[in-house]
Amino acid sequence: MADVTDALRSYWLIVVMWMRSTMTYRASFLMTTLGNFAGTALDFVAIVLMFTRVDSLGGFSFAEVAFLYGTTSTSFGIADLLMGSMDRLGQRVRDGTLDTLLVRPAPVLAQVAADKFALRRLGRVTQGALVLGWAIARLDIAWTPANLLLVPVMLISGAGIFGSVFVIGGAFQFLSNDASEVQNSFTYGGNTLLQFPPTVFAKDLVRGVTFVVPLAFVNWLPALRILGRDDPLGLPAWVDFAPPLVAGACLALSGLAWRAGLRSYRSTGS
Amino acid sequence: MSRYGGLHAGPHAGLYGAVAASGFRRYSTYRVATAAGVFTNTVFGFILAYTYIALWDQRPHLGGYDQSMALTYVWIGQALLATMAMMGGGFQDELIERIRTGDIAIDLYRPADLQLWWLSADLGRAAFHLLGRGILPTLCGALLFDLALPANPLTWLAFLLSVVLGVVVSFALRYLVVLSAFWLLDGAGVTTVAGLAMLFFSGTLLPLNVFPGTLGDIARLLPWSALLQVPADILLGVHTGPLGLARAYGLQLAWAVTLLCAGRALQAVATRKVVVQGG
Amino acid sequence: MDDDLIIELDGVEKIFDVRRRAGLFRRERRQVRAVDGISFTVPRGEMVGYIGPNGAGKSTTIKMLTGILTPSGGRLRVAGIDPSRERTRLAKRIGVVFGQRTTLWWDLPLQDSYELVRRMYRIPDHRYRINLARCVELLDLSELLDVPVRQLSLGQRMRGDIAAALLHDPEVLYLDEPTIGLDVVSKAKVREFLRSVNSEQGMTVLLTTHDLTDIEQLCRRVMVIDHGRLMYDGGLDGLHAVGDSERTLVVDFERELPPIELPGARCTRIDGPRQWLAFPAGASAAPLVAELAARYPIVDLSVREPVIEDVIARMYTENAAPA
Repeated sequence: MADVTDALRSYWLIVVMWMRSTMTYRASFLMTTLGNFAGTALDFVAIVLMFTRVDSLGGFSFAEVAFLYGTTSTSFGIADLLMGSMDRLGQRVRDGTLDTLLVRPAPVLAQVAADKFALRRLGRVTQGALVLGWAIARLDIAWTPANLLLVPVMLISGAGIFGSVFVIGGAFQFLSNDASEVQNSFTYGGNTLLQFPPTVFAKDLVRGVTFVVPLAFVNWLPALRILGRDDPLGLPAWVDFAPPLVAGACLALSGLAWRAGLRSYRSTGS
Repeated sequence: MSRYGGLHAGPHAGLYGAVAASGFRRYSTYRVATAAGVFTNTVFGFILAYTYIALWDQRPHLGGYDQSMALTYVWIGQALLATMAMMGGGFQDELIERIRTGDIAIDLYRPADLQLWWLSADLGRAAFHLLGRGILPTLCGALLFDLALPANPLTWLAFLLSVVLGVVVSFALRYLVVLSAFWLLDGAGVTTVAGLAMLFFSGTLLPLNVFPGTLGDIARLLPWSALLQVPADILLGVHTGPLGLARAYGLQLAWAVTLLCAGRALQAVATRKVVVQGG
Repeated sequence: MDDDLIIELDGVEKIFDVRRRAGLFRRERRQVRAVDGISFTVPRGEMVGYIGPNGAGKSTTIKMLTGILTPSGGRLRVAGIDPSRERTRLAKRIGVVFGQRTTLWWDLPLQDSYELVRRMYRIPDHRYRINLARCVELLDLSELLDVPVRQLSLGQRMRGDIAAALLHDPEVLYLDEPTIGLDVVSKAKVREFLRSVNSEQGMTVLLTTHDLTDIEQLCRRVMVIDHGRLMYDGGLDGLHAVGDSERTLVVDFERELPPIELPGARCTRIDGPRQWLAFPAGASAAPLVAELAARYPIVDLSVREPVIEDVIARMYTENAAPA
């Protein structure tokens, strides 16, 4: 679709400009990336500290929890890097600067997603990937071709699912530009939730996160398969391979939500 | 610290009281944002609560808490999250913007004290957030979990006093971060890291009492422990009796004074910079 | 469809639903007709002024013309394109300058913003270089190219915005309050530039403004909008005639005098030796001044232009349009 290539091209142009701009101040960029790395790693430090006191959490060992942490952190980090500034849409609607985006020959979503692109967010992705790497090295995983493929598929799909939450959150801000925090419950909240094994949480919560807001497909379902464990809801085996489908569906849904939100903005002016 | 010296009708307690009241009123108008915040706090409260249940199932007296104390700690943490502006939502963005545009130069010449002004406004905001975002999630938690909230009203009073001191420490920390924007290029990056550090070292993710060995000892003496760990321990009855309370308040007060003074020193340097550069 | 007409509006409407709190639980619903059936056409190459008081519907019209807002009714075409349906296709052919907000990227240097515009609009290299060089020269931007946009003064940023709007050779240029808040020198530069761009390149320009001097210096045609309706569409002289508007001669005499009575002028105010004399806006001030100077000892004088709100107000009450 010509629309999609147009959107990607516009997105890329803006991102490149932001990247170039941040890279002109090398020292500052390195410092803030390091800061981002350290700050986001504090979540993992908390888990490390927990495991100095206990041997297992919800029946999962430290390396297994690290595996969960690494997968969700990397996925979330990628989504945050690609479109983490979408919660600023509410601000733009409020001060009228969204209009300046509408007069440009580029899709609004691409411009909003690329807005204030922060390369320093690589810090979160890196620490997630490092933890994941350590966990894989530490664990005794049966590396069947399916499992091997499932790791990158899971990371990308997870990023897609988180990304769609960002987009829906953005679309929601057309309706109510003060409510950007709601999306944080799903993104940051989801990321925190998925660091821990599903056995820790009440069945109802796990069901909600599988069937209502499909965050469980970010890492729980595929990861449990890789770790050789059963999922707590006893779902059929093929579900573990569904993340790409779920991500696709979520992204499509978020695209529709965005369209509706933008249409409403152009009709009511706010 | 009057600017004109001698007798004058300068700023007085009434002024700062008015600033605090207007801060409270202002944040009370953000109805949608407050509702969204309540939702977020409830969600995070649930996630942490289940995690702590798993932990305390393994070690029933971890950190000196029993399980219901630990669960109460979770909801106190969520109530104080917005109060202490741990993840932003306070004066930081506004003040940083004023620094970036140079409007700060005007503020520095006003007769009211800059730091006290923003502190008053922040106290007003904190009061609203404590009520507006603290009560509902805690009620939710109390309905669904077995909490250990004290019956003694004096304990609650002691808790509130500790919260006030905690807000002052939190303000002083954030004030230092904001002032650093005078010298740093990327304000957003610093505030994010500072926020994450605040979240971790205050004990919101994991109680400082659970931190092992020396790390725990050090963490409990750092300024961030004044934000959540200290008030929570007062409410949970860990710090009791005149000596216990004195030690708790003493820690908070010591950090409040130290950090406020550091803030004033940094402010003086920044003022000179503004004057020299012409705003 | 006339090929010559680049902007066509036919019965265009924009209706907003406004909800207000009336009491604790009730909410009032009102319909505001921001644009209430406006029709006009603009041929290629014309520079048109679009004026009216605050809240008249100027910005709303511009937003519909640029694709920001979708009309509630009527027909609207720019260069044959429907802005609400083909926003991005139209965006390549128009340039927009908002007086109050910048279209540039706040944290980036001016040069980088232009680079981004070049790539986004796919401007051919040689056109870009020519256009940029011309804009830099005529708008005096050479020293500002390395400065981040947020550090520019209002006047500098406005000039930067205008250049950004023209780099891609648009067919139509919309300016929404471009001289607001500018100092005299910047205003003159901007007006000069717009004049040259319109006369030399035949670019169609639609200019909304509060400043009548902008109109007087730049536009031969002016449209007046009030309460969402087109009240007047024609030349500026005609406007003053229709509005029966007055200019005011403020004269400082050597000493206090009784109210001056001269044919063609009436004294509206006295403050010591200073008097305000109103006369028809269409008339020249010269004969009046000569007459005064011949008869009375004058220290100083100045001419005050009619305020656009007064002109419109007169027109509105005179036409007595139904509410």
